Amino acid sequence: MSTGTSLTSWGAIRLVASREIMTRLRSKSFVWLTVVLVGAVVLGGFVLNAASSSGPTAERVGVTPQTAPLAEAIEATGSTLGTEVETVDVADDAAGEAQVRDGDLDAVVTGTAGSPTVVVDTELSPGLTAVFTTLAQQTALSDAVADLGGQQTALSDAVADLGGDPAQVAGDIATAEPTVRTIGEPSEFDPTRYVTGLVTGILLFMAIMISGQLIAQGVVEEKTSRVVELLLSTVRPWQLMAGKVLGIGLVGLGQVALVVLAGVGTALGLGLVDTSTIDLGTAAVWALVWFVVGFVSYALLMAGLGALVSRQEDVGAVTTPVTFLMIVPYIVGVSVAPWAPDNPLVVWLSYVPLCSPLLMPVRIALGSAETWEALLALGLSIAVIPVLVWLAAKIYSNAVLRTGARVKLKDALRTT
Amino acid sequence: MATLEIDSLTKTYGDVRALRGTSFDVRAGEIFGFVGSNGAGKTTTMRIVLGVLAADGGEVRWDGRPIDLAARRRIGYMPEERGLYPRMKVGEQLVYLARLHGLSAAAATDAMERWTTTLGVEARRGDEVQKLSLGNQQRVQLAAALTHDPELLVLDEPFSGLDPVAVDVMSGVLRDRAEAGVPVVFSSHQLDLVERLCDRVGIIKDGAMVEVGTIDELRRTETERWVVDGPPGAGWIGAVPDARAVSLEGSRTVVELTPGAGAAGDGAVDGTSGREQAVLRAALAAGPVHEFSLVRPSLTELYRDVVSAEEKPAAAAAETVEVGA
Repeated sequence: MSTGTSLTSWGAIRLVASREIMTRLRSKSFVWLTVVLVGAVVLGGFVLNAASSSGPTAERVGVTPQTAPLAEAIEATGSTLGTEVETVDVADDAAGEAQVRDGDLDAVVTGTAGSPTVVVDTELSPGLTAVFTTLAQQTALSDAVADLGGQQTALSDAVADLGGDPAQVAGDIATAEPTVRTIGEPSEFDPTRYVTGLVTGILLFMAIMISGQLIAQGVVEEKTSRVVELLLSTVRPWQLMAGKVLGIGLVGLGQVALVVLAGVGTALGLGLVDTSTIDLGTAAVWALVWFVVGFVSYALLMAGLGALVSRQEDVGAVTTPVTFLMIVPYIVGVSVAPWAPDNPLVVWLSYVPLCSPLLMPVRIALGSAETWEALLALGLSIAVIPVLVWLAAKIYSNAVLRTGARVKLKDALRTT
Repeated sequence: MATLEIDSLTKTYGDVRALRGTSFDVRAGEIFGFVGSNGAGKTTTMRIVLGVLAADGGEVRWDGRPIDLAARRRIGYMPEERGLYPRMKVGEQLVYLARLHGLSAAAATDAMERWTTTLGVEARRGDEVQKLSLGNQQRVQLAAALTHDPELLVLDEPFSGLDPVAVDVMSGVLRDRAEAGVPVVFSSHQLDLVERLCDRVGIIKDGAMVEVGTIDELRRTETERWVVDGPPGAGWIGAVPDARAVSLEGSRTVVELTPGAGAAGDGAVDGTSGREQAVLRAALAAGPVHEFSLVRPSLTELYRDVVSAEEKPAAAAAETVEVGA
């Protein structure tokens, strides 16, 4: 009458994991959280886009009395290229530069009308770069013609007729660039990287925290309802724990992947990363890798600690140390790292297991971590996981069948 | 079908010795009633059998070999503390638990449908467990112990909290499983039920078995007593050798035969000496007899005798054991 087949460890883990996945996917709060996260990322992208393009306001370019003759050409070129430029007369070079520093002007044209120098704070905007490049080309062209003293008719014929080299003239024109001088500190601040780093830090913290809490609550639910006794008469404690971690982890990974995909898609779709040096694909893949590593580490701790208590009300208290452990790298990651990616605290913490999953992906997004640094941190984190598995399995097996009062951590570690 | 052997189990919780060499066996096709006061060690023993608790010493054997996880998967278990996922649907939950015992998805679904129907909860398959009445939750719990067609049933107080109809359904299922050759062991405080249902009974006290045997074996007394409802007074008894009246109440006289005295008379059957026939003849000679029967203690009386012996120290121990058991 034996209808049972042998259940392998993997079979048991898979069954437990499938149940966890089904339970999560059917839960309304999970579905809503995912919708809200995806919505927030997409909406954030649009808000960022609107803010950075800041509408059709005119670029303000100052002209000194010496360069005033260029004002008309600048405005005309701007309107031809679709960049609205407004020229403002300034007293002299010094006054113009002061206004650029204040942010009153986007650029000031100094020097002479014949050889102008564009002064900007850190960088010429794409619109103005096009305007001044066009102007420089025109100057190069008229110079070439003026050198030959001819009229601007049938240019290449004229150049050839007059004994010049048309190819050289064409080359001069093509390579003509405006002379640009920056007066501000050269800044490495890249807003796109900043936002990506911030979003990565927040997303990973939320996802790991929420999944970790789900693990602890799931463990306690089985303890409270006493179903764990029934389960443990047929599967081993480590199989039950592994199935739970795997199931909730996969759901969490799917959730994070969806949000990351929505973020990357929005950024690419709106062209938010066009002006940045960031490699969004790499940052996204790293974020997912670090989610997996971070989730597994924290989920193990949460499963072990959750097994110590028998009531949902006690979950918060018993997991406080781990929550605190997560908050430290999170705060450092979102408040220090974006402004000072090379801060020693940021750099060192990003190698420490349990901290690195929340910090290293932020550094990667900010572009402050070399690939070898990321791999080293990853290796250290992975090396610690077997220790966490051992620790969690020991606490879990010893505590999960002891209902009633909270089991002391040292008792759970001591019992064999 | 095999035998479950529980051999010299010991278990200590802190300073409390919950089990002190508990031993008994449950044979194929029999229902074994496991009785004892609260904290005597019933639940501890069952949890050790299921492997959710480790014994300090002793061994549990199934089919002659130490019981392992594969064998334990073939047990149907109903824990003392009922346990099901409160927010999971009845049907899904039973299928899940059956699959954890190694059934395929299709076999698990079949079994779930069969047992929910047998136990009368088929209409609740789509409901969350927490929405069911306690009695129905108990039926689902029993279904969870049965869906994987277990080779051994270990049920901790399966009858507590059931209404009379549910008790009948549960009894029927246990009887049916035993007839299919499955050893069934269950604990209960409802001794009349145990007496009616069980083939054998074990009484545990302070972590050790004090009585194990068939109901008949347990009820057999050292001295034979017979109740005679017939001639009033005890005068007629004087004619019978080795017999004396121990109580007299109206027309009912209880006669005790002196132990071991005299040879077995004619018509001796199991549990009787045959000497009672002389008593009956004497009574009939004195007047009409309406009832003549062997006095046998009920399981309840037996249990009281056994458990209340040295009641005082035992009660103190029982109180402390309760915490861990």
